[in-house]
Parts: sequence; structure tokens; C-alpha cells
Amino acid sequence: MSRQFFRFALAAFAAGVVLAHAPALAADAAKGKAAFMKYGCWQCHGTEGQGSAITSAGKVLAPDPLPLETFAAFVRSTDRAMPPYSELALPPADLADIHAYLSSIPKAKDYKTIPLLNQ
Amino acid sequence: MARKIPATTDSGPKVDRRKFLTGVAVAGAAGTMTPQSANANGAVGVTAARLPSALPPTAYTIAAETGTPAKDLARIGGVAGSDFMVDVIKTLDIKYLPSNCASSFRGIHESLINYGNNKMPEFLTCTHEESAVGMAHGYFKITGKPLLTLCHGTVGLQHASMAIYNAWCDRVPVIVVGGNDLDAAHRPPGVPTFHSAQDINALVRDFTKWDDTPVSLQHFAQSMVRAYKISMTPPYGPVMISLDAGLQQEPVKPHGSGEKLYIPKYTPTSAPQGDSNAVREAAKLLANAEAPVIVVDRAARSENGVRLLVQLAETLQARVVDMGGRMNFPKTHHLSAGAPAVNSADVIIGMELSDFWAVVNSYIDNGEHGIGFNQTRLKPTTKLISINSVDLNTKANYQDFQRFQAVDIAMAADAETTLPSLIEAVKAAIPNDRKAAIEKRGEAAKKAHAEARERNKQAAAIAWDSSPISTARLSMEIWGQIKNEDWSLVAQSGNVSNWPHRLWPMEKHHHWLGQSGGYGVGYGAPAAVGAALANRDLGRFSVSIQGDGDLMYAPGVLWTAAKHKIPMLSVMHNNRGYHQELMHVQRLSSFRNRVASLGGDMGPIGTSIMNPDIEYHKLAESMGWWARGPITDPEKLGPAIKEAMAVVKSGQPALLNVWTQPR
Ligand code: HEC
Repeated sequence: MSRQFFRFALAAFAAGVVLAHAPALAADAAKGKAAFMKYGCWQCHGTEGQGSAITSAGKVLAPDPLPLETFAAFVRSTDRAMPPYSELALPPADLADIHAYLSSIPKAKDYKTIPLLNQ
Repeated sequence: MARKIPATTDSGPKVDRRKFLTGVAVAGAAGTMTPQSANANGAVGVTAARLPSALPPTAYTIAAETGTPAKDLARIGGVAGSDFMVDVIKTLDIKYLPSNCASSFRGIHESLINYGNNKMPEFLTCTHEESAVGMAHGYFKITGKPLLTLCHGTVGLQHASMAIYNAWCDRVPVIVVGGNDLDAAHRPPGVPTFHSAQDINALVRDFTKWDDTPVSLQHFAQSMVRAYKISMTPPYGPVMISLDAGLQQEPVKPHGSGEKLYIPKYTPTSAPQGDSNAVREAAKLLANAEAPVIVVDRAARSENGVRLLVQLAETLQARVVDMGGRMNFPKTHHLSAGAPAVNSADVIIGMELSDFWAVVNSYIDNGEHGIGFNQTRLKPTTKLISINSVDLNTKANYQDFQRFQAVDIAMAADAETTLPSLIEAVKAAIPNDRKAAIEKRGEAAKKAHAEARERNKQAAAIAWDSSPISTARLSMEIWGQIKNEDWSLVAQSGNVSNWPHRLWPMEKHHHWLGQSGGYGVGYGAPAAVGAALANRDLGRFSVSIQGDGDLMYAPGVLWTAAKHKIPMLSVMHNNRGYHQELMHVQRLSSFRNRVASLGGDMGPIGTSIMNPDIEYHKLAESMGWWARGPITDPEKLGPAIKEAMAVVKSGQPALLNVWTQPR
């Protein structure tokens, strides 16, 4: 796939063209957790979407992931350090579940409340 | 060369080998002495347990049982050549000799422990040659002193070769001496032949600085001292001496036309310093830069190197990017910066970088047709300066540099040695009207550094309570326990998103060992043990963050640590997989629009180390370590580390098997 294609796809997604097919109401956080593992998102983002300076360029996915449309657009079309996932490999419903899972993760503690981070 | 050398006349009683053996066989059959009384008579190494009942007794056994005086066993007709070799080695002040024993160097092995009293060097029993070289690698990075290792013929050297490659890429001296039975007409038939080669050093020639095959004892003395000298002249590197089995067993005799054997004196070679004109030009560029950046990889060879780098950075108020080959620059310093600092630089000085190109280019593994693409980080006007001793010693076949990077001023010189003159030249070159701007740059760096620290702490708090345990939590729980020690992070073979670098006050050269050099996995565990050995002698506390995949290449090094009473705390970053490769297969699956087949594991088939899960704590325990695990609950980690610390302080190594997040 060319980079031009990704750019086009990103534009298309942002305009909601393809997302219209996604069953928005069915998003399920429990199923999303399983999908997050199955499709390998955990590998670079950690099982709680916490990210890593090394494998996700420090990007944190939870608990406030990008809005679903932008989120999906990125996952489908990224031409940066993350490999893109097409619908052939990752169906829209599963991606919506993943988004629901990430949204369901509790907010991180303030580091000031953690003694080990204040020594 | 197992030549038969006639015994010199003054070398003790001549013994006919055949008759002697017949004699002892008869004596052995009638043997009556107990092993205890044999030991009392001075024979060594004989115990009842070692006496094979169904086999003919060996000469030593017979001597033990009959009380035959040891001198009567002297079959070699004089002083053993390998005793002289030990005399040579002793002049080089080498403290340890980690090695896996082998027949091809039995001569020198025997001399080292019996004639040399197993001191300077002390033989450390290793279970794999890769571990032995890895230990020497780690030891050097703490002490700045090389170790010697002996390895066996073809097969031992093949085992050692990955570790030698790591040492080569990491510019670390290791003196490798390999046994080899060269004389095909005399060597024993069978296995010794398979384990010998005509030019055995060829196996590692591409990634050693020098090698030799001495053919006489005098030649050995010269080659050993030369090997040591070459390996210890920056750029450091491993060297290889092939040691003929026959030469070890020959008697000492005068060399050539009667000259007595002598041992050449070792005098260190001073390190190469940058040309004074080039230093002045570089200083001018740096002094007048708007945004100078210093990038270092193996620049600090010692604590003094760290101090000099701080001086240079402060003189310029230039940010320093540490690539991590060594602990070059204090992470707590306001000028310590991440790689993106390079993007805004107008002058970059790179010191002891094996790969300047990689510093000034980014690579994204997501290009057209799944092939990655590069992007420069440089502005078209950015000037580049390089001080790199490796320019003096480049080889062709194996390359640890990528594309060719043109630089404006290149000095083939040792950075640490060049720094004093560079600092003076920079001070002289700073125009008065730039001083205020330099100070302002420092203020901005202080602010950026403080902000980055805040961000790091907040990032560490994310998934703080997760199970598997986050790598930030793992790192900080360790820190919470070691912070009052004189500590040394002896390896970080587990990739924990650099949390110790980001949050521990890593300031001294010995606080971190640096990377492996060649990224040959399996380096972490032995390097950690070698460094812990050095730290033990210096009274320091060693801690290692141990990867699971790394440990499984040659876990026998755990036994070596226990055997030789090398205390260290090993906390495992057990993410239960070859995680780097796991991500690679996932990436390719995504490129190809496929769902990676997991086969019941967490990662793509062939990348997980689970089902069954390896019980590393039991593995370690079986080899003499105190160990606990698997620890999956973050709340239990701190107390477990505390318990383990007490064990380590009592002198025993301790391991915690912790299930962790991937990175
Ligand atoms: C091989 C590693 C890898 C895998 C697997 C991976 N990601 Fe990423 N992801 C990254 C990296 C690296 C970035 C940062 C990219 C950048 O900023 O250029 C990222 C960024 C993102 C972002 C953008 C976040 C932001 O705030 O900008 C989203 C959303 C995302 N990933 C979702 C996912 C999902 C969902 C999956 C699984 C279906 C997944 N990723 C799998 C590496 C990965």
C-alpha cells in the first residue's frame, strides 16, 4: 500500500465514510479487552494501553483514547511507527470494542500520591 | 604441535613411558593405600568417589594408592612449557580467568591451578564459553581491566564467538586463548582432530583486533604481551591467541641458538589524541553555535570521562544525548537530553559513536511495500564533528555502522583523551558577546529538563497497579530498596522502557554498564555476573534487570555466580516472550492484512516463552541461588526485593521471577 493511499484513507475515515458501517452501539469493553490482546495492540501499548517510550513513542491510549473516528482513522492508515491494520485483519466491530475497552480503563493515579515516585 | 622433544639432561629422572605404565598398572592392581593417606602424602585430586571401579587406574590414582613420589611421574623431561606460560600471564596482572575446561588446554590449565596456585588469574568454572566471554565483558566495564579466557578448539571458540562479537562491537578488550592441537601427525586421534583447525583464529579474525598462533614458548611470551597491549590501546577490542596443545606440554628449553627465555615488559600505549588544528576548528564551531548538541556513545571510558563531558557540556551549556554504550553523562544533569535534541541542533559533536548516521536519521519500519524509510533529522546547514577512535580500526566483513555519514570535521582519536584539549580550546574560542546567550541556553535546558522529569513521573504512574507488573513499577520498586547502597545496574537485558535512566539518579560511570555492543542476546546474564564479580571486590551492590529470553541462552552462568560466591540481585523482567521478535511478526501480519496466528499463546507462534511457563526461580534455586516467584502482584514486589536484598548482603546471589508488562 502506498503512503498516498494512507492519506486518502485517513481523509475518508475522518469524513466518516467507512465508519458508517461500524455497529457503534454494540461496542463492548470486555470483548474489547480480548480483541486488544488478540490483535497484538498490547504488544506495543501494554495491556492497559499505558504505552512505552520505546514501542509506542510514549503515546498513551487509555483512559481517554482519541475519539472513535480519529482513533479508527489512525489505526487504519498510520504510516508512522505503528503498522496499519486493515479491515481485512481487524473488523470495524472489534476495533470499536477495543475503543470501548480503552475508554473503560480507570484514570491513572496522580504520581504525587505514589511515594515511590516522590523520593 | 605435539612434537616429541628430547628431555634435557638436568631435568630429572628419565622415564620410559611404556615401561612406566606397565609398572604402575601392576602396582595399581596390588594397590593398598587409602585415598586419605595418599592425600596425606601430597598427591592431589584423588578421592574415593572419583575412582572408577571397572576401568584401569590412572597414573595419578596409582601414585595416590602406592605413594609414588610426584617427581617420578614427571614424564615431560623438565619444566612444563605451560608453567612458563603461567609466568608470562602473571606479569599481566589479570585477576580472573572465567573458562569452560577442555582437553586442548589441559597443559596450561594444570599449570595455572597447580604451579600458579590458582591466583592472578583465578580460574572461574563456567558452563559455556559464551558465558565466560560475557563475564569478561561485564568485568571490564566496571574495572577497566581485561580478563583472560581459555576456550576449547573449534567447538569452544564457536560457542564463544557471539560473545566475542559483542565485545568487538562494544570496544571491550578480552584476551581469548584457545587450545588447538595443530600437529596432525602427532595429535591424538578422534575428537582432538575434530576440535582442531589449521587456522583456528580465522573463525573470529573479522571481529578481533589481532590474533596470533605462537609456535614456541618465546613466541608465546611475545604474543601474549603484544595481545594484551593491542587489546588495551583505544579503541579497545578482543584479541585471540591460539595455543598449541603440544607447546603447552613440551618442556621449557632455551630458545633458538641457546638464548634464555624472557618475558617482555608490558608498557601501556597512550591513547590517540585529536589533531590540534582539528580540535581548534571544532572548538570554533561549537563556541559560535546557537544550538550545539553533544552526542556520546562510548565516550566516557571511566569516571574521569564523565567528569570531562560535564565540563564540556557546562562550558557550552550544550545538551548531551547519551546513546547508552556506557554511562557517559549524569541523567540528573539539566543538560542531559533525549535524542530529539538533535533535531534543532546547528552543530553536533559525536563522540565514540559507532554509527553517526543512525544518530542523525530516523528510520520508520512502515514504508511502501512494507520496507522502511529514513528521514534526516538534520537541517541542511547543520555542521557535524566526530571524534572516534574506531576510525583507526575498521574492518570489512562485519559492520556495526549503517549508511555512510559525511561529517565536517572528523578526528580519528580517542574522545576521553581529546576532551581536555577540546575543553580548553572551547573556553578560548567563546566570544565575549556570546556568553549571555550561552547562559540563557542553560536556563532553557534547566526548564526543559525539569518538565521532562515531571512528564516521566506522571507516565510512570500509569498502570502503576497493573498485573503483569508495569516496567515503571518494577524499576521504582527496585530503586526504593537499593537507593541507600553504592549501587551498580550491571545489566538491563530486559527492555524496561529506560525507566532506570529516566527516574533513577544515574550519575556515576559504574551506575550503568551500557549496552551489549552487538545486541547478541544472551549477553545480559553473563555480563551481569562478570560486573557483579568486579563490584564484589569493590564492595558495591550489583543489581540486574534480567530478561527471560536472554537468560535462557546459557543459564548455567547462574551456577558460576553461586559457585564463586558472587552476590547480586537479579530481578527478572519476565514478559514471557521474545518480545522484539513478537512485535516484528505482528508488524508483518499487519502489513499483509492477516491476523497473527497465536497458537494458544499471547504472541505469534514461535515468539512466546509460555505454556509451560519457565519457573526461573526454581531454575536459579537449583543452581545455588536464593529465589522467589513468580511475582504477579505489584504489592508483593517491594517486600520480596527487600527480602532478596538481605540475602545478597549476606553474600549469596538472589533472583526474583517477576511477570511484567512487555516493555
Ligand atoms: C508494533 C507496535 C504497535 C502495535 C502492534 C500497535 N501499535 Fe498503536 N502505536 C504504535 C506506535 C509506535 C504509535 C505512535 C505512532 C506515532 O506517533 O507515530 C502508536 C499509536 C497509536 C495510536 C495513536 C495514539 C495517539 O494518541 O496519537 C492509536 C489510536 C493506536 N496506536 C492504537 C492501536 C491499536 C488499537 C492497536 C491494535 C489493533 C495498535 N495500536 C497496535 C505502535 C503499535
